[in-house]
Amino acid sequence: MSGDARAALLIDFGSTYTKLRAVDLERAEIVGAGQGPSTVATDVAVGMEAALADLETRIGGLPDFAHRLATSSAAGGLRMVTVGLVKELTAEAARIAALGAGARLVGAYAYRLTAGDVAEIEALDPDILLLAGGTDGGNDEVIRHNAGRLAACGIVCPVVVAGNREATDGISERLASAGKTAVPAGNVMPEFNVLDIEPARAAIRRIFIDRIVHAKGIDRAAEAFDAVLMPTPEAVMEGARLLADGAGGRDGLGPLLVVDIGGATTDVHSVATGEPTVEGAIQRGLPEPYVKRTVEGDLGMRHNALSIVEAAGPDALARDAGLSGDRLREIVAAVAGDVERLPRTDEERAVDRALARAATRIAVGRHAGRTETVYTAMGPAIAQHGKDLTGLAAVVGTGGALVHDGDPAGILAEARADPDDPESLRPRAPRLYLDREYLLYACGLLATVEPEAALTLGLSHMHPVAGEERRNVRSRVAG
Amino acid sequence: MRVTGTLDPAERRGITLVTGVIGSDTHIVGNRILSMALEEAGYAIVALGALTPADEFVKAAIETAADGIMVSSLYGQGELDCRGFRDLCVEAGLDDILLYVGGNLVVGKTPWEVAEKRFLDMGFDRAFPPGTRTREVVEALDRDFAAHARGGRTPDS
Ligand code: B12
Repeated sequence: MSGDARAALLIDFGSTYTKLRAVDLERAEIVGAGQGPSTVATDVAVGMEAALADLETRIGGLPDFAHRLATSSAAGGLRMVTVGLVKELTAEAARIAALGAGARLVGAYAYRLTAGDVAEIEALDPDILLLAGGTDGGNDEVIRHNAGRLAACGIVCPVVVAGNREATDGISERLASAGKTAVPAGNVMPEFNVLDIEPARAAIRRIFIDRIVHAKGIDRAAEAFDAVLMPTPEAVMEGARLLADGAGGRDGLGPLLVVDIGGATTDVHSVATGEPTVEGAIQRGLPEPYVKRTVEGDLGMRHNALSIVEAAGPDALARDAGLSGDRLREIVAAVAGDVERLPRTDEERAVDRALARAATRIAVGRHAGRTETVYTAMGPAIAQHGKDLTGLAAVVGTGGALVHDGDPAGILAEARADPDDPESLRPRAPRLYLDREYLLYACGLLATVEPEAALTLGLSHMHPVAGEERRNVRSRVAG
Repeated sequence: MRVTGTLDPAERRGITLVTGVIGSDTHIVGNRILSMALEEAGYAIVALGALTPADEFVKAAIETAADGIMVSSLYGQGELDCRGFRDLCVEAGLDDILLYVGGNLVVGKTPWEVAEKRFLDMGFDRAFPPGTRTREVVEALDRDFAAHARGGRTPDS
């Protein structure tokens, strides 16, 4: 790149690699990428140096970056525990808020915490705990009880207090006097069935920036960046929002779904209102956030390869891979133990593809809403749970499993609606895109300072992949 | 001490009521009218609308610390849908929550007294016949909450 062009450096401190993307802001083009090991345990600065050196050799000299922004999922990600009152109400609202803040949810609790629950939470040792419960003016007794238990226990992490506002001050004082850090935020459910997760998300992000980055040792590389702004999954989510909504008067792709197939989990983000399109359908359950993230902890290409097999059914998966059940098991066992392994043989590639297809199908199936037909004397009535994603314009795939496969469209097509399962509200005819350069996180980061450049960058680097017809083998695979 | 048994709007304001139409019942009109009338009278209303499963009433009441639940059933299956409703509340720790049911609880030629007794036996505090006016409902609520208060139960306990 020419010496005087403005440039940005977007950094992802990942669990195993520190990844860099250098972007020319004038042309909104990627100029180079670099990578180094994420040696958080020893010194993250070493990996950062290696990554910068890698970038430098690739682009021949480092420019003076106008922005150096980072995300992090290093050292286990942002590990959170949520506590609410009713499982389907404030406990669910708290989960949605934590996931929306890019957290890795390690525990979710409802109702009164028992001594056993508290012991579990102590053992989980989360980075942040989100405490909710009660609408404003509603139940305050359970959240006070739970705060009392937490005050008396051994956890040291900050507690975001986001429940019944009448209890917030008292709870914050109680936690503080027990030596805990309490961060009051707005109620995640101020009124019955009204979600308000932004204040809790903002509080979580603040704590992440102010404390977690330090606690995880990422600030040892502070010389090399201006700020670590958010956990990586939140940056991916912000990238998805930008791509869907557009910026500065320029349209994005429209309502979309992002499927992020990782080694440990499969994340799905939808940017869409999800309102019913089925004639006469009545929405049930909690209102859905416009930008929604779900994380499937049992669907991961390596750490959780075995549980993908379980969820999809070993026979169906073996058929999809064109292998015998025994051979499938052998290969899955081999890759599951070798987290960084790229497929080496045709058989391994076939297994990876089958795993990725199953992960996509199951994860999107769980993310999307469903209709349910309620039979009444008058005839059928239709209830909708979750988001209706049938009309989505696009599905964007990201993650190594897609990038390394020769047929990413064949994997992403699994996100589409299945004619055999008409009650699942998955996208019917989306265009399929691949985030081949792993740029979504970078777009999300860049959007915080230069949204228009971030949008141009994102739109020009999401590669359309041929949306071939659903294959026949597809319908034989159980889900 | 209160003798009339009626509350003024300021006293009603601290009282939360959950309303909804139970089961697969889509008759929303009467429930809406009732919800609006109760709100106008000063009660805090959490309206769940039509097609509401029994457990959703209970969950909403827990989260909002409701003082009463107003169940509507119009389509003739109220008896089935409401069976075990009080037990569900007790199970969830809502032991002394006020439970009313109304709408169209009579099926066929059953006399009202028989239908009413069935619902009272299920643990509802009151059951209301078709054609009940909202004014009558407000009066009944006032009486019951005033009696509760005299009985020593504070509305926000
Ligand atoms: C309009 C209507 C419909 C509309 C509903 C539109 C809608 N989404 O609301 C449609 C056409 C969809 C419909 C469908 C059906 N309906 Co219809 N419907 C009626 C009708 C004509 C009026 C209901 C109404 O809105 N009333 C006006 C409101 C203001 O009065 P209300 O509901 O009674 O409510 C008042 C009081 O009862 C009270 N109240 C209500 N709830 C509560 C709760 C508490 C706690 C308290 C204290 C008081 C209270 O306060 C309200 C205000 O004063 C009635 C007949 C009638 N005249 O009542 C039949 C009627 C209710 N339907 C009936 C039936 C059978 C059906 C169907 C099963 C099949 C059919 N044959 O049509 C389906 C069921 C669909 C379903 N799954 O729910 C029967 C029910 C018979 C029974 N209970 O034994 C009725 C009585 C007609 C009849 N005589 O056969 N229906």
